[in-house]
Amino acid sequence: MNFGFTQEQEMLRDQVRRFMTEACPMATVRELTAIDAPFSDSLWNQIAELGWLGLIVPEPYGGIGLKWIDLALVLEETARGLSPLPILSQALATAAVLRAGNDEQRANWLPALASGTTRATLALYDEPNWFDPKAVTLTGTTVDGGIELNGRKPFVSDAMSSDQLLLACHGPAGLSLAVIGQSQVTVTREPSMDTTKPTGSVHLDHVHVPDGCLMPLTNEDLAYLSDCGAVAVTAEMVGAADTTLTMTCNYAKERIQFGKPIGQYQGVKHRLADMFVDVESFRSLLYYAAWCVDDAPDELPRAISLAKGYASDAFAKIGIDGVGLHGAIGFTAEYDVQLYLKRSKWSRPMYGDSDYHLERVATLGGI
Amino acid sequence: MDFEYTPEEQAFREEVRGFLAENLPPKSERNKDFLATWLTKVREKGWVGFSWPREFGGSDGGLIEQAILREEMALAKAPPLGTSFMGLAWVGPGIIRYGTEAQKKKFIPDILDSKVTWCTGYSEPNHGSDLASIQCKAVPEGDNYVVNGQKTWTTGAAFSQWIILLTRTRFDVDVKHDGITCLLVSMDTPGIDVRPIENMAGDKHFAEIFFTDVKVPVENRLGTEGDGWKVTVSALANERSSIGEVTQMFAKLDTLKALVKRTKKQGQPAGRDPKVRRTLAVFETRVAAMKYNGLRYLTKQIKGEPLTSETSVNKLHRASLEIEMDDFAVELTGQAGLQLRGGSDAVANGKWAKSSLNWPNVVIGGGTPNIQRNIIAERILGLPKD
Repeated sequence: MNFGFTQEQEMLRDQVRRFMTEACPMATVRELTAIDAPFSDSLWNQIAELGWLGLIVPEPYGGIGLKWIDLALVLEETARGLSPLPILSQALATAAVLRAGNDEQRANWLPALASGTTRATLALYDEPNWFDPKAVTLTGTTVDGGIELNGRKPFVSDAMSSDQLLLACHGPAGLSLAVIGQSQVTVTREPSMDTTKPTGSVHLDHVHVPDGCLMPLTNEDLAYLSDCGAVAVTAEMVGAADTTLTMTCNYAKERIQFGKPIGQYQGVKHRLADMFVDVESFRSLLYYAAWCVDDAPDELPRAISLAKGYASDAFAKIGIDGVGLHGAIGFTAEYDVQLYLKRSKWSRPMYGDSDYHLERVATLGGI
Repeated sequence: MDFEYTPEEQAFREEVRGFLAENLPPKSERNKDFLATWLTKVREKGWVGFSWPREFGGSDGGLIEQAILREEMALAKAPPLGTSFMGLAWVGPGIIRYGTEAQKKKFIPDILDSKVTWCTGYSEPNHGSDLASIQCKAVPEGDNYVVNGQKTWTTGAAFSQWIILLTRTRFDVDVKHDGITCLLVSMDTPGIDVRPIENMAGDKHFAEIFFTDVKVPVENRLGTEGDGWKVTVSALANERSSIGEVTQMFAKLDTLKALVKRTKKQGQPAGRDPKVRRTLAVFETRVAAMKYNGLRYLTKQIKGEPLTSETSVNKLHRASLEIEMDDFAVELTGQAGLQLRGGSDAVANGKWAKSSLNWPNVVIGGGTPNIQRNIIAERILGLPKD
């Protein structure tokens, strides 16, 4: 029984934390997320070199062959400073190829995903808040040697910076993932609350997808990838919520009102203590869920629903109270805590809000 | 990260399970004789004071074995391993750490053999959460301390033979934590007057105690004079993993789910009501959070890293869950939920109604939720003290 991290894992955590603090501080995040800011190839190449993009890719495909628990650590740490790098999207696209790709597709795509030379993203559902095979509505028509896609795929994370888009659709063989080059489509960046999570919609106009670029997807595969998505998002929530708490504590120690630091008043300190209880708790649940992905897949649905069911409500409240406890300054664009509130809003519906996950906890718990 | 147990740990779990299968009859068949036999048998196994050093009658049980033992006992809904909860939880460990050889010889075996029950004299009418301000006075006079003052909310005072008593031996101190002395006092000593207090559930679990010129031999002082605060804090800090509690909370959750399944709300099965489903699921996320928090902290302890005040996290969860789960059951069952034992329409013979009035036992004893929040805010988050 050991519910802790190895020395190697702690070293990985330290490495990510150090690198992100130095190479991607908040000033850089703000630059990179400005409208029309170019993608930072230099940062991307550096993290690719550090191996973070190939963590879960097996060694024969050029990866490091680690597990989701290691990936979760990296996502937690990169989210501490709200890094806009599409590590989460890359990881989910990778997980999709690992899960649904045949030998040839794995051999074709995984090495480039692991090395970062191809950037990719995964988009499953066409509905904004429904996680079910029926919520995939994009449908292809059969053409010679493949399918043709017309229409629009909304809610595609990091679509603008991705070379390859993995889009769920219904084809003649049923549910599939279509792997499409960005040059074949038109991507529109959607204005959205959290600029550190750029999101686009993808317009498909007579896009031909050859059979070799289709990966059939069972309902179980779809559910698995949704759960992986929830694990990845919740891992980022742990890092971002932890920073919100630290920032707010630091402010409460410095801000003097009525002659005392506001952190001395129980109205403030007790709320901060409750935030700690929540972050600590969904952190524990998330580590367990991330461990389940590789080591207890049967338990993954319940485990991740416990974690994201908890985190979705808790982080939303932490985001609001983080701003609220700062008072008016927290409301200014210049102050960073508001960016965390926006991240908490982004995190909530991604791969299931608390209603979705708590309902699943109830069902799996026999109610 | 793994959740596997070594073959030795697994063998220990099997041993506990085997023992329980053989020696723990169903609840309906557990009579008075059973309890005496049970206490003797678990004592023979070395499971009472399991973590205590062998030289004092314990078994030197490791952290994981302790967790396994507690988990299996809780799963089987077994009775406690001794009759003196406080003796086993903090008086014994306190005596082992700070006691004289004579005290160890005198007190430890009786705690392990369930011959003596201890209570804890900490709170006073004016000093509860602010424990270090206690005023109960002990004055050295020859071979004795003479104690005058009052304690209150003392759980089990009416049936305990001994009390671990926090007194003040010096009043002219700069820091209130100084000048406190811990005494071990027989409840038979002349000058002790115990007056039980009825709580809102109608129980008389706790009492107020008046001390009038009570003579306590100096040899019954625990630790050095004036050092009582340190003794108390380290005794209270004798925290164990919360594995046993978590198992109990999961069992309570299961009972609650079963109640939901047989209950109707507005003529419909309650289990279909979205609010009911969500509430139960929220309880489950929090009990599961307690479980995995507990395992993380246990792992830290096993690795030899000091725990700071993380245990307050699970205490806060437990406090709110105890209150909310009972309250949910009472609300769910409408007017029937209000009936106490014996009521024609009582739910589970009034068990939920009763426990919905008894939560302060768990929630306030050992530090109120707001004190736990202060602990987290000040000791973990580094916020300034009040």
